[in-house]
Amino acid sequence: MDWQLPLPRLETLAVWRRNALVWRRMIGASVLMHFGEPFILLIGLGYGLGRFIGEMAGIPYFAFLASGFIAWSAMNVASMEAMWSVYTRMVPQQTYEAILATPTRVDDIVIGELLWCASKSLVSGSAILVVATVLGAVADWRAILALPAIFLTGFCFAAPALIMTALAKGYEFFTFYLTLVMTPMFILCGVFYPTASLPAPMQTFVQFLPLTHAVALIRPLVVGQPVIDPWLHAGVLAFCGFFGAWIAVVLVRRRLIV
Amino acid sequence: MCRGLRKVYGDLEAVSGLDLDVPRGNCFGLLGPNGAGKTTTLRMVLGQSPRTSGVLSIFGESIDSNLREIRQRTGIVPQADNLDPDFTVAENLRIYGLYFRITSSVLEHRIPKLLKLVELDHRATDRISTLSGGMKRRLILARALINDPDLLVFDEPTTGLDPQARHMIWSLIHRLKRNGKTILITTHYMEEAERLCDEIVIIDHGKLLAQGAPGEMVRIHCQKEVLEIRGELPDRLFDNLGYKRNRFEQAGDTYYLYSDDTTELLETAAVLPELACLHRQSGLEDVFLRLTGRELRH
Repeated sequence: MDWQLPLPRLETLAVWRRNALVWRRMIGASVLMHFGEPFILLIGLGYGLGRFIGEMAGIPYFAFLASGFIAWSAMNVASMEAMWSVYTRMVPQQTYEAILATPTRVDDIVIGELLWCASKSLVSGSAILVVATVLGAVADWRAILALPAIFLTGFCFAAPALIMTALAKGYEFFTFYLTLVMTPMFILCGVFYPTASLPAPMQTFVQFLPLTHAVALIRPLVVGQPVIDPWLHAGVLAFCGFFGAWIAVVLVRRRLIV
Repeated sequence: MCRGLRKVYGDLEAVSGLDLDVPRGNCFGLLGPNGAGKTTTLRMVLGQSPRTSGVLSIFGESIDSNLREIRQRTGIVPQADNLDPDFTVAENLRIYGLYFRITSSVLEHRIPKLLKLVELDHRATDRISTLSGGMKRRLILARALINDPDLLVFDEPTTGLDPQARHMIWSLIHRLKRNGKTILITTHYMEEAERLCDEIVIIDHGKLLAQGAPGEMVRIHCQKEVLEIRGELPDRLFDNLGYKRNRFEQAGDTYYLYSDDTTELLETAAVLPELACLHRQSGLEDVFLRLTGRELRH
C-alpha cells in the first residue's frame, strides 16, 4: 500500500467545484431541506419538550437542543455525502475513473470530496444557526465563531465515512456504520442532554467519541457561554480529520490504482 | 515506448515482458482476444496502474517523474462510458477541462468547436441520459480532445456501436491522425485495425505474438487465400486435408484450408458440392485466429 501523505494540489478545487455545480442545480430542494427540517425539529422538540424541561445545564432547553443539533447535523450531512454520494461517484458512475485520466490524482479527488462534505456541513449548520437565531436561541455575535467549528466537524466526520466508502462493496455496508457508529454518537454525545448525566464509565467512554467534542465546542459558542478547553476539542476533531483523511486517501489509492 | 513491461496480480501474470515502440504521428494498434492483457497494458502505459516491473516513457519523458506533464498532453477514450451524468453535454466538457486546469476563456472557445467536430452541437444542453450509445462515444472522444492532446489512447473505441457510429468514429480517428496526433488503440476488430493502424502488435496471455504493418502481417503469417468449409467432412477427405500441416484448421464445424494456390482450393471445393464452401482472400482476422485461436492441427 502507498502510505505517502496526501499531497493535494490545485486540482482539488476542481473536484470541489464539480460537486458545488451539481449542488447549485438542486439548490431549491437543498434549501428547503436545510431550513425546513431544523425548523420543524426545533419547533416541535425544542418548544414541545422545552415546556416540560425548562432549562438544561443552565441553558433554556430550546437553545440547548438547537446547538446540539448543529453539531449533529454537521456530522450527519458530511457522513451521508462521504458515503452514499461518494460511493455513487466512485462505483456506479465511474466519475473518478474519468478524472484519473487527467492530471488530477486520487489525493486531489479524496481531499476535494472531504472539503466538499465539510462545506455541505457548513451550509446545513449555518441554516440551523439562522433558524435558531430567528427563534431566539442564539446569544450574541460570538455564534459566528461556531462556523469554522462546524466546518471542522464536517471534515472530521467525512474522513471516517470516506474510509467506509473505500471499503464498501455496496450501499448496504453503510448501514453498519450508521447503526453501530453514528446512531450511538447521536444519542450519547450530549446532543439531547449533558454527558455529565451519564454513568461515570460512560462519561469516560464518550470522551473518545468525536461528536462529544464537536458539541462541547459548538454549544457554548452558540448559547454564549465560555468554551472550556477549546483547543482540546478542536485538536481532537483536527486529529481525527487528519488521520482519517490520510487513511481514506491510502485506501482509495488501493481501490482505484490497481 | 516501453521495455520489459510486466504486471502480476497475485498468481496471474497479466502482462509478461512487453516491449513496444509507438512512433510519433503513427496509429499503433494493440490487438488481442478478451483477457489478453490489452487494457492492463494501456492502464500501465497511462500510469493508471502500477507496473510490477519494466521501463516506460512517453514523449521521451519517464512516466514516473513526469506523469503530470504527460497527462496534460494525453487524451484517453476509455472502454466504459464514464461521462458525468449530473451534467449536460457541454458541461461535461467544461467540467473535464477543470481537471486539466484549462482556463474558462480557452474552454468557451474550444467546446463549440469540439461539439461541432463530433456532430453534437445541436445537443449541447441535453442531459447525458438522453444520448444514444453512439452519441456518448462521440462525446467521450470530444472530451478526450479537451486538452488538445498530442497522444490519443483509445480502448476498444467502437465496441457495441452500430455501423454508422463506427464509421463516424473511424473517420474522426483518421482526421486526428492527419492532424499529426499519435494514436494508440486497442481493439479486437480486425477491420478496425486494418483500416486505422500503421502498425499493429498481436498479444495473448500478456505476451507479444507478432508485430508489423497489417498487410505485411497477413503476408508473413498466412497464405494468400482461404477456403472455408462448413459441415461434416467425409473421413477420407479429412485425412487427406489433415496432412497439409499448418494450412488446415478446424473451429467448431468450420474448416479452414489456406493456400497460395487458387486452383488447389477451387478443386477441393469442387469435390464437396454438398457442403457450404466459401473461397476468399485471407485477412488479418485469419492471422489473428491462427496466432491466438485454438487450432486443431492434424
